[in-house]
Amino acid sequence: MRISRRILAGLATASLAVTATSCGGGGTSGSFDDTVTVGILHSLSGTMAISESTLVDTEKMAIEEINAAGGVKVGGKSYKIEYIVEDGASDWPTFAEKSKKLIDQDGVPVVFGGWTSASRKAMLPVYESKDAFLYYPIQYEAQECSNNIFYTGATPNQQSEPATDFMYKRSPAAGGDFFLVGSDYVFPRTSNTITKAQVKQLGGKVVGEDYLPLGNTEVAPIISKIKKALPEGGIIINTLNGDQNVAFFKQIQDAGITPSSGYYVMNYSIAEEEISTIGPEFLEGHYGAWNYMMSIDTPASKKFAASFKKRWGSDRVVADPQESAYNMVYLWKQAVEDAGTFDDNAVREALVGQKFDAPQGPVEVMPNHHLSQTVRIGEINAEGGFTILEETGVVLPQAWNQKHPSSKGFACDWTDPSKGEKYKL
Amino acid sequence: MELLLDSLFNGVAIGSVLLVAALGLAIVFGLMGVINLAHGELMMLGAYTTYVTQLIFKLPILKPFYNSYIIVSIFLAFIVSGVVGILLEKTVIRKLYGSPLETLLATWGVSLILQQFVRSVPLAYGTGLVISLLIGLFLPTTFPSKIKESINFKYFKFSSWIFAALTGVLTGSVISSSVSKLSRASARNVDVTAPSWMRGQVEIIGTAFPKTRLMIIVITIISVIAITLFLNQSAWGMRIRAVTQNRQMSDCLGISTEKVDIITFGIGSGLAGVAGVAVSLLGSVGPNVGGNYIVGCFMVVVLGGVGNLLGTVLASFGIGIMTDLIGAGRLLSIWPDMPLPLSNTINFFATTSMARVMIFALIVIFLQFKPTGLFPQKGRMVEN
Repeated sequence: MRISRRILAGLATASLAVTATSCGGGGTSGSFDDTVTVGILHSLSGTMAISESTLVDTEKMAIEEINAAGGVKVGGKSYKIEYIVEDGASDWPTFAEKSKKLIDQDGVPVVFGGWTSASRKAMLPVYESKDAFLYYPIQYEAQECSNNIFYTGATPNQQSEPATDFMYKRSPAAGGDFFLVGSDYVFPRTSNTITKAQVKQLGGKVVGEDYLPLGNTEVAPIISKIKKALPEGGIIINTLNGDQNVAFFKQIQDAGITPSSGYYVMNYSIAEEEISTIGPEFLEGHYGAWNYMMSIDTPASKKFAASFKKRWGSDRVVADPQESAYNMVYLWKQAVEDAGTFDDNAVREALVGQKFDAPQGPVEVMPNHHLSQTVRIGEINAEGGFTILEETGVVLPQAWNQKHPSSKGFACDWTDPSKGEKYKL
Repeated sequence: MELLLDSLFNGVAIGSVLLVAALGLAIVFGLMGVINLAHGELMMLGAYTTYVTQLIFKLPILKPFYNSYIIVSIFLAFIVSGVVGILLEKTVIRKLYGSPLETLLATWGVSLILQQFVRSVPLAYGTGLVISLLIGLFLPTTFPSKIKESINFKYFKFSSWIFAALTGVLTGSVISSSVSKLSRASARNVDVTAPSWMRGQVEIIGTAFPKTRLMIIVITIISVIAITLFLNQSAWGMRIRAVTQNRQMSDCLGISTEKVDIITFGIGSGLAGVAGVAVSLLGSVGPNVGGNYIVGCFMVVVLGGVGNLLGTVLASFGIGIMTDLIGAGRLLSIWPDMPLPLSNTINFFATTSMARVMIFALIVIFLQFKPTGLFPQKGRMVEN
């Protein structure tokens, strides 16, 4: 009852906002029977704005595409999607507050939002207590599985695990020792715990590990440690965040830690957008692992990149987080049409099993509210893109990592009431 | 031997970044007693100046001189941050001498304004604005004294500001039309790429040192020597020291304390600009770049003893060497078979985050015993 009231309120606000809603036969672009308003919640100011604003652009583009193709069709009626954009301001409590506003005041049936794990952790209790639904598009450390969040980014086994495997077995530094570098917060630490367990299984050795406090760009001590631990070159796994990468790559190049002297860096946070900021001259020859890379040579991928450039400017690039954001809007639309209602409990049930021909290739929603995805390993080239070296088949998501000591042997399944968030395999 | 050399170099490299960043503050906070929280943002302006200079030197006319842009930008950064500092002194700080809490709040506000300024104003017009300020502030002082003393001087002053504004708008639009990257406002971090002769390493006594680090050390040494000579050898330096020691007496003896304040603050701010050039070589340039250094700057100045340049120098190199010793776990390589509990403790602190905690703790302990720092200043401060 509460939910339907919320939707009614949402529809009412939305129809007020729309000046011309025609009642003619739905289906063609430009004429809709009704509207539905969704929430978009990312940082438009503060340190995260640079990254998160690209997601807002992508989500707007996906919504415009859906509207141009006739909108969402529910119960024989076509709905135009409207959106309310809220600014999380790179401040985690603000994300929670704005979520409350979108759910209670605007009555939106779904919120697309978040980037940092900290923002997601801040929003989680809001969505769980109000039984609302958040779609979260970023590759993250997993170890979480909420009934009220749908995660379209990669889990570690869909990014870091295949990447570590590649580095140890098939990269030019194969068989070498590992050094782990990251920013000091939850994602790098969790990711590196998993990497350490995996390297041990593979028979390799992690010879060092260091974390840079967020905001600190003094990497000289880390460089001396790398040189001491890996005097003859080796594998460096990098989970630094944002600008710290610029300082790191500028300074390791000056210190002679380069691919030509046997040091290969595998990055989990550097996509096309970041390559252009850091400068390809510092990154050439190092690696990245993602589900989507702009250089994927398929019609779907090219179309995605071309429409984004057409909509937002020819100098713009698309990257993995944007592709996840794009997918989640389409998956929501499909689920709503299958459910035949905007009610989020029904949509949640319809969501599992949805398939979509994403720019990265086919993806499918799994019972643990994550996506099955393809993993790609790329080498960064001088043009600022990735040369794709390897492509796995479809990899199923593990919400609870099977290499992390605290979650080994657990899984998540929301389709079976007896299993739920965390059950023993 | 090699280990020692490497460690010493690393310590000096880290320390010189701290020192060049803190040098301007040592003057502003140390000599004038002004708690300038916008110091980091003056550094940020210096870093952006480097970026703008780099792009301008990519224009066809200046392309042959591209390799020297970094040298030019050191001087330009000094001027840009100096001019903004002088404006800050004239409009905000002058009214607040002797009230540190208000100064702290006001300069913090200024730092937010400057951050937002570079986010929302295209850099081309930002450059134009700085040029206007430069002309507007300095053109009237170049007039012959006959005009200066005439009753109509205010009209001359006014017209020179109009001239300044026009020149600023003109340069702004010229830059914006010729360098497309500067014509749009952007909150995105930008990148300064060192010219090719400054990239890579040089070998000294069998050990390879990164060239950018050496460059920063050179910039720091030159700045320290220049400022020491200025303070100790020049007439204005003497006046600055006189005002620092006893403001009323200097005033009575005919020193224009107002002018001394402007010059001191201008030089301190200009040095922040030079520091901006140095840090732009290490990482990316963004609105928040200065904020990362401000705590370190105050730490160095307080530890060194407020008002003492030698103290600042020793404090920054001390902190640099300690950071490297603790953060890179070097004690273990110097003394490999130390008892287990001790080596475990050292290993625990041998990460960048923990080294920072350790350094802060050591400084706090040190200040318990010597609250006025390494070299306490004797005599009266400016606020007395």
